[in-house]
Amino acid sequence: MKGTSIKTSSTKTSSLLKKYTMTIALVVVFVFFTLLTRGRLLYPQNISNLLLQNSYVLVMACGMLLCILTGGNVDLSVGSVLCLVAAIAAQLMSKLNMNPILTIVICLLISAAIGAWQGFWIGNIHIPPFIATLAGMFLFRGLGRVLLDSKTVNIQDKTFLNIFTSYIQVPAIDKDVYWSAFIVGIIVAVAIVVFTTFSRANKARKGYELTPASIAYGQIAAIDVLIIAYCWELAHYKGIPVMLLWILLVVLLYTFITSKTAFGRYFYAVGGNEKATKLSGIDTRKVYFAAYCSMSILAGFSGLLMAARIGSVSGDTGLSYEMDAIGACFIGGASAYGGTGTVPGIVVGAILLGVINQGMSIYGLDNNWQYVIKGIVLLIAVVFDVVSNHKTGKA
Amino acid sequence: MADNILVMKNITKLYPGVKALDNVNLTVERGSIHALVGENGAGKSTLMNILSGTIPHGNYDGNILYDGHECRFKSVRESEKLGIVIIHQELALVSELSIGENMFLGNERRGRFGIDWDETYSQAARLMRQVGLKDSPTTLVKDIGTGKQQLVEIAKALSKNVKLLILDEPTSSLNEEESKMLLNMLLDFKKQGMTSIIISHKLSEISYVADKITVLRDGSTIETIDNSGRDIDEYRIIRGMVGREITDRYPKRERKISSEQSLCVENWCVCHPVYTEKRVVNNVSFYVKKGEIVGFSGLQGAGRTELARSIFGRSYGTAITGTLKVNGKEVKLKNEREAIEAGIAYLTEDRKENGLILIDTVARNNTMARLEKVSRHGIIDVNKENRVAETYKEKLRIKTPTIQQNVNNLSGGNQQKVLFSKWMFADADVLIMDEPTRGIDVGAKYEIYCIMNDLAMQGKSIVMISSELPELLGMCDRIYVMNEGELVAEMDAADATQELIMEAILRSDKKKAIEECKGA
Repeated sequence: MKGTSIKTSSTKTSSLLKKYTMTIALVVVFVFFTLLTRGRLLYPQNISNLLLQNSYVLVMACGMLLCILTGGNVDLSVGSVLCLVAAIAAQLMSKLNMNPILTIVICLLISAAIGAWQGFWIGNIHIPPFIATLAGMFLFRGLGRVLLDSKTVNIQDKTFLNIFTSYIQVPAIDKDVYWSAFIVGIIVAVAIVVFTTFSRANKARKGYELTPASIAYGQIAAIDVLIIAYCWELAHYKGIPVMLLWILLVVLLYTFITSKTAFGRYFYAVGGNEKATKLSGIDTRKVYFAAYCSMSILAGFSGLLMAARIGSVSGDTGLSYEMDAIGACFIGGASAYGGTGTVPGIVVGAILLGVINQGMSIYGLDNNWQYVIKGIVLLIAVVFDVVSNHKTGKA
Repeated sequence: MADNILVMKNITKLYPGVKALDNVNLTVERGSIHALVGENGAGKSTLMNILSGTIPHGNYDGNILYDGHECRFKSVRESEKLGIVIIHQELALVSELSIGENMFLGNERRGRFGIDWDETYSQAARLMRQVGLKDSPTTLVKDIGTGKQQLVEIAKALSKNVKLLILDEPTSSLNEEESKMLLNMLLDFKKQGMTSIIISHKLSEISYVADKITVLRDGSTIETIDNSGRDIDEYRIIRGMVGREITDRYPKRERKISSEQSLCVENWCVCHPVYTEKRVVNNVSFYVKKGEIVGFSGLQGAGRTELARSIFGRSYGTAITGTLKVNGKEVKLKNEREAIEAGIAYLTEDRKENGLILIDTVARNNTMARLEKVSRHGIIDVNKENRVAETYKEKLRIKTPTIQQNVNNLSGGNQQKVLFSKWMFADADVLIMDEPTRGIDVGAKYEIYCIMNDLAMQGKSIVMISSELPELLGMCDRIYVMNEGELVAEMDAADATQELIMEAILRSDKKKAIEECKGA
């Protein structure tokens, strides 16, 4: 008996350690770059920009996760789809003076159509995703450049820019410091604590197993501290950016889909064992279709975000962005063989990539060297995944 | 003193937290066939992995004396050099390469410029003749059946000048006839002086072929029994393996068969999905009553799995015709989902390949076929799901630390139980079980039989496809015999014998041959 209890507690620590490796890595990298940049990384402006600069990574990584879950398949076309949709938005508004809301709706519909196109080939005709999306990568990049006529098109529509890039400001309290951001942070932090307490009480009442209170509340405390600290920084810059809300919307939606819904469960099932999934009465074609359809919609949405953030669109917009999204997923613990990976995990992965990007930029590292570093980080993450999984598989 | 080719002394192997082998001794006489039996997890495979160098020297304690010399194998290559060849249960063939290429993979016949293909294929053909394979050596491995693939593995072993051949569950995916052929071949090899070690669950085969039988249990040697007189008591082996008395290998069941037919199939025809002119199932009609266990016997390729899968929502085959009635009502099932909703479950023959998601938890596998039962508006109630899994874990006595354990950490028998729980949760009235006890040990088999009996007593109908005749005779109420896509006999289990079933198959083969002659 004693032996087994020791064994389970040691495996518990190691599995806990494994679960939070990337979070720990994120903290280490963050501290490292804070020291390296002599604290400049912590300036409110830099903290605020950290997520905004990487908005496209966060948003697209959510969709990419679904693709990767189905069996390590990636979507190579997202950078091109992003460019094409951004180009369409820019041209609609500059050439046709179209209403920005209508533009956004049209762009999202086109993204969905592109997704259906890719999903059809991959899901229904069984074209290998790598090839289908490689074709899409050329196709949509080309279309985007044709549409832009090899020029850079500026976006001047104020409403469009405001929808994505403005900051939330409450005139009554926001003067030198944007207290609204801080207040929202505290409200969210309290809400999380209240929600957890209620859900634990509910579980206890129904007699379900509970995670130990120390772990559950420890986790919540850490998250709350982060939220409040982050909002404190936002309050000392320009307040809550609207783009942050868009990112949160996507991240929360995909967290919900992948962890709570039957539909989300199917992606894990297909990646885990496609034949068994099919024989369990699940239409695997629809799962593939949905993965690539949602990916293109998010790529198109990212196109709008980036168009607004940069303020212009060119033929090279979104070049090699697919690699950032894919990299974030693998760094965030998605398995290269499919079937495992979570949205919170890839968010950590995306932020880790973001911190490295931002840290290196602030430090002033040469752009070319940045590529080298990113490559090494990606390799280490995947090697870690493969090696550690191999070990657990054996035991 | 006997001439021993192999002596393994006091072998001990520790895995973190588990003692896989504890002072195991094994002595194998030259030119004999030595059987190694034991339940799953008894340490048979570990012992053989040590012998073949798969587990390198230094990771275990104890000595290996082979041909009188002490051996310390660091890799499989070293042991193969001395003529020790192991054939694993999961065959190690590359399906996209030809038989000849596979046989000399990593051991290529070199000519002056690269590989000498003429030499490769002529040697391959010669070795294939030795194992009774008549195919061309240029045939791709994916185009031949599992039985023949096993023979290719043996031919491959012969190409390495094997002196000691180790076979891990060689017949687990073979049918009765193929198994017999393989065993006879081993006896032939023995006459030529080769030594073999065979690991198997099938006691009838072991008593047929083995000279000595070593029983392992929980990592220790229990006893080595002499079988030179071929007079071994199977119950003695079972006792040694499970460490307890099993009075009956097939649990008794109170028969409560109603007159209602829950599944009725008439004039069922199925064509091959690729070679669409070939009929895989031809005009088959059968029925299953509520509370009945009906067996399907036949050789590999008789069309039993194809029949089952075509009934299960057309998941196999094209041009499927015939009528299908579930609980008296005719249904047309377009896909697997509709089959599940109609109350049909299909427990696949290969639980790892087609049945379970190994990298997912017990709980999530449990609910997979009927997620809607634990969700509302598409949102899964994880707590409810876990409760379901806990219930089944207790009901079927699934041995797992928690229901959050990944299925690949479970033993074969427990994985099979998870597969059972998955389909029991799906609320099926008709459960089609394809080889439900393949590759699991005696103790777990007994538990699976008990579960099947329980299901039948609850009024479920069970279709049991099995290649093990004793199991069909012991478990079923009625037995259908299939051969080459056709139903050739139906008999009450009470009147059936192994001989009668084999005879039915052979008779239909003969009839076919005569018809073909007439047709020509």
